[in-house]
Amino acid sequence: MIIKVLGSGCARCNQMETLTREVLKEMGVEASIEHVREIKKIMEYPIMSTPGLVINEQLVVSGKVPDKAKLNQIIANALAKEK
Amino acid sequence: MNSTAPPETRPGGHQYRLFMWLGLGLAVWIAVYYWLQPLADFLTYRVLGLSAAGHLGSSVAFFLYDAPKVFMLLVLVVFGIGLIRSFFTPERTRRILAGKRESVGNVLAASLGIVTPFCSCSACPLFIGFVEAGIPLGVTFSFLIASPMINEVAAILLYGLFGWRIALIYIVTGLIIAIIAGWIIGRLKLERFIEGWVLERRNSNNAETTASLTLTDRFKYGLNAVREILGKVWLYVLGGIAVGAAIHGYVPQGVLASIMGKGAWWSVPVAVLIGVPFYSNAAGIIPVVQALMEKGAALGTALAFMMAVVGLSLPETIILRRVLKWQLLAVFIGVVASGIIIVGYLFNYIM
Repeated sequence: MIIKVLGSGCARCNQMETLTREVLKEMGVEASIEHVREIKKIMEYPIMSTPGLVINEQLVVSGKVPDKAKLNQIIANALAKEK
Repeated sequence: MNSTAPPETRPGGHQYRLFMWLGLGLAVWIAVYYWLQPLADFLTYRVLGLSAAGHLGSSVAFFLYDAPKVFMLLVLVVFGIGLIRSFFTPERTRRILAGKRESVGNVLAASLGIVTPFCSCSACPLFIGFVEAGIPLGVTFSFLIASPMINEVAAILLYGLFGWRIALIYIVTGLIIAIIAGWIIGRLKLERFIEGWVLERRNSNNAETTASLTLTDRFKYGLNAVREILGKVWLYVLGGIAVGAAIHGYVPQGVLASIMGKGAWWSVPVAVLIGVPFYSNAAGIIPVVQALMEKGAALGTALAFMMAVVGLSLPETIILRRVLKWQLLAVFIGVVASGIIIVGYLFNYIM
């Protein structure tokens, strides 16, 4: 699973990364996480407000940091799609 | 059959409980709010034994009343605005604004700027998203000006410390500045000063990714907003009110009239100049502004200062440099600053 956190460095964007790492660890999922900070790269995805979360090149969250349960669900869905 | 099922599975049962909690919370809030002033006086004059005529007594009573009052207002309004904001996303706002011509678009954009959740670091993605949807540059700017300038924390503090009229004036003049400044920028036809790479983008995907939120989601959003904002500003608010309390109790009446009062014509532009580089935190500034005004600073000057602090955020303008060439950025800052200065003079004149 390839995960990208889109954000230019504000507190919430960092929160997104921290939470994602936490959830991945708890779920025992292997994934590469890249924190994309450059605006040109961020805009490769149809995002209008940071922070954003991209899983396997699909934008799944934008605009806010989801709560843990929801993030769990999102990652689980992405896992299911991979199979 | 339904009455024996647990509340969560009964249709509407969950929502009913949420509303009950909301009602209860509001009732408690109102009750506590009414007792704040008497409680503050009681603690200052009876328990601590301070004199009502003295500097210390005056300051302490001010602080003990204002601090809890402001925090309670913050909790209530930030939660309420959070609920409203849960209905608006930048994507939805873009959809509403696309295709609207200027003037109507400017008014709509400024109004939406208040209710659409927006953080400074999203300025660039949002700008690009709007431009790609064909929204006129001026309309986009009306949104970008209104969003940070009309700050609910600032409005709450203004209401709590100055009353509803001043808070309303702040909101209305913020809107007017956003609408007119955006319209002017639109008229100036500055599209060529958008950074080239933004205009060259072909990858405009206007897909929306958000699903619909449940009531519980919305309540969580509101509570999160309270936690986040309070977490950020509580120290500044406390500090600001403390400074305000000190000025209230110790600075004699009228001392500031000479430098910040109506007579000093240069006070408005200077106030704006000082306000611009201030790191945008409305929370701490406003209680200070209140105390200054009590001692003779003019309303227009104080308002201009506050709007410059909140509305022209230096960090945000620096971020916008990535998508705007410096000429456009300069026009943006210039037009908004002029608007704020005009508002400042206006209120010094009519008040």
